Amino acid sequence: MDKFTKISSVAAPLPITNIDTDMIIPQNFLRTIQRTGLGKHAFSNIRYNDDGSEQKNFILNQPAYRRAQILIAGENFGCGSSREHAPWALTDFGLRCIIAPSFADIFYGNSFKNGLLPIKLPQDIIDSLIKDAERGANAVFTVDLENLEITRPDGEVIGFEIDPFRQHCLVNGLDDIGLTMERGEKISAFEKEQKIQQPWLYK
Amino acid sequence: MTSPRTLYDKIWDSHVVEEQQSGNSLIYIDRHIIHEVTSPQAFEGLRTAGRSLRRVETILAVPDHNVPTTADRETRVDSIESKTQLDALERNCKEFNVDYIPMMDARQGIVHIVGPEQGFTLPGTTLVCGDSHTSTHGAFGALAFGIGTSEVEHVMATQTLILKRSKNLRIDVSGPLGSGVTAKDVALAVIGKIGTAGGTGSVIEFTGSTFTNLSMEGRMTVCNMAIEGGARAGLIAPDDKTYDYIKGKPKAPKEAEFEVAVKYWNSLKSDPEAKYDNEVFINAFDIVPQVTWGTSPEDVLPITGIIPDPMNFKGLDKKASIKRALDYMGLKPGTKLTDIKVDKVFIGSCTNGRIEDMRAVAAVVKGRRIVVQALIVPGSGLVKLQAEHEGLDQIFIDAGFEWREPGCSMCLAMNADKILPQERCASTSNRNFEGRQGPKSRTHLVSPAMAAAAALRGYLTDIREL
Repeated sequence: MDKFTKISSVAAPLPITNIDTDMIIPQNFLRTIQRTGLGKHAFSNIRYNDDGSEQKNFILNQPAYRRAQILIAGENFGCGSSREHAPWALTDFGLRCIIAPSFADIFYGNSFKNGLLPIKLPQDIIDSLIKDAERGANAVFTVDLENLEITRPDGEVIGFEIDPFRQHCLVNGLDDIGLTMERGEKISAFEKEQKIQQPWLYK
Repeated sequence: MTSPRTLYDKIWDSHVVEEQQSGNSLIYIDRHIIHEVTSPQAFEGLRTAGRSLRRVETILAVPDHNVPTTADRETRVDSIESKTQLDALERNCKEFNVDYIPMMDARQGIVHIVGPEQGFTLPGTTLVCGDSHTSTHGAFGALAFGIGTSEVEHVMATQTLILKRSKNLRIDVSGPLGSGVTAKDVALAVIGKIGTAGGTGSVIEFTGSTFTNLSMEGRMTVCNMAIEGGARAGLIAPDDKTYDYIKGKPKAPKEAEFEVAVKYWNSLKSDPEAKYDNEVFINAFDIVPQVTWGTSPEDVLPITGIIPDPMNFKGLDKKASIKRALDYMGLKPGTKLTDIKVDKVFIGSCTNGRIEDMRAVAAVVKGRRIVVQALIVPGSGLVKLQAEHEGLDQIFIDAGFEWREPGCSMCLAMNADKILPQERCASTSNRNFEGRQGPKSRTHLVSPAMAAAAALRGYLTDIREL
């Protein structure tokens, strides 16, 4: 997994509520057995016209935001399906950080496994960040995960919160399967006990 | 003495392998269902890291999302990509020795219908699958939730997940359901009340006489939709109805062991004094047949309603999102819901693809003719066989339905079953998102009986007035 320490980038404003996983990566593109290559299909239904040309009004098609690494969105971002193709598509596109008032639980968890940082902030702060973001190429934000700080284009610093374990894994690019496998003895002890309590689960 | 606990608390507590310093818990996972779309990258990850499956016997694999639903399904998978995924599942299961139900097996179907049918879903267990509608299995009092592919791999390798405890949200619905009102209407009414993010961070426990009076099929419909209310899992306390359903199923405990299991399962129900973080009370009397009008399951109204005006909502974002939804749906404020014409009807999915749903449709359409193209897709091969045994297939065919093979089908349009751009569909599935049933498709979520009524009239229809 890619480490996430600090990024500086413009931020694309997409203030729509309930941006669901079908919108982030439509079902046609789930038929892959790889994690890579989905970036060109991210937001496909609202990003492209029927003939495959780009929808000019879509924010990530506009010159200032084509290389944005930060997206600022409305509440309940990532609701819907459990498809990890959603964070795969967003990171493959080049996004590293999503800022929103709230996220759906499964998407939120999936993001951390893929080097994508989801940041929750109150709506009034989001509103002011969107105003900054709308200034386009002139408005560079810095997101610093080690210090849990966002620096606005005018230099003001805003703090944010992340579960310390998730922060640790993301900053160091750690594979949590490896970490859990180190707990193998504990897991075996649990199984031994459970087998006595609920033997029908061990057939 | 321990303090009173909820059903969720009890299942959680009995699965803690260890509390971690970070405030997370390492939680043991008893059951794991996989399908072709969200598992290939997990197997690949194991292979790359040289890891094996910790307990292969806890995994059940069934292809469902991509499978064709036409009679010639064996020879006609719709695209190279679909075939690649289906083949990958079969190959991976062979390589790792996973219990696999192939597409042409009579037991094949949608994972959330197959798990309970096979007795794989049991009360008091933790059950996961790389699919958000895993919440369905909560109907059995199993803590069941959808996970991403990285977590699929984590469970395969370690039989655990690192999780933070959720909040307890109680949704109590009491009283008898009115005529024409079904489990689906209750689920939609609940989502209308709490919103699609209402359950975020929570596990919902559905309590009250309305749920205890539902069949297991109805309970599964309700728990299936918990995720549409933002809750990763929904739960209903197991009772005699649950045990009757499980008894004799192929993978369920047998004889003396079954009795021991029942004793344990009976200890799981929430203690009378248990505290919930939030509680919502609804009187079943207030629920009438529901239909969605927008592009989120919370955009729902009684069928007697009219399309809302964005100007009547508070906040610029909300106004804009309602307007966006209406533009997408091609609907104007003030339109009566029953004046909305539909082009197609879809009956099926993990929400409403069980035998009871088939019977509900048959009861409405028997001896009548439908006026729009309508697909009826049983949720599993066993549902299909049962329906055919009861002669329901002939009722559907005589009425003009296409009677299909089991799979996810038009719920998410990963196979050839799609709604065309701008076409409008009355659907018994669970999501009305933009593009869900095909690019630019327009979905109205309804119960099976309401879908059948729409198929007969060609308009969204109040089943009570048919």
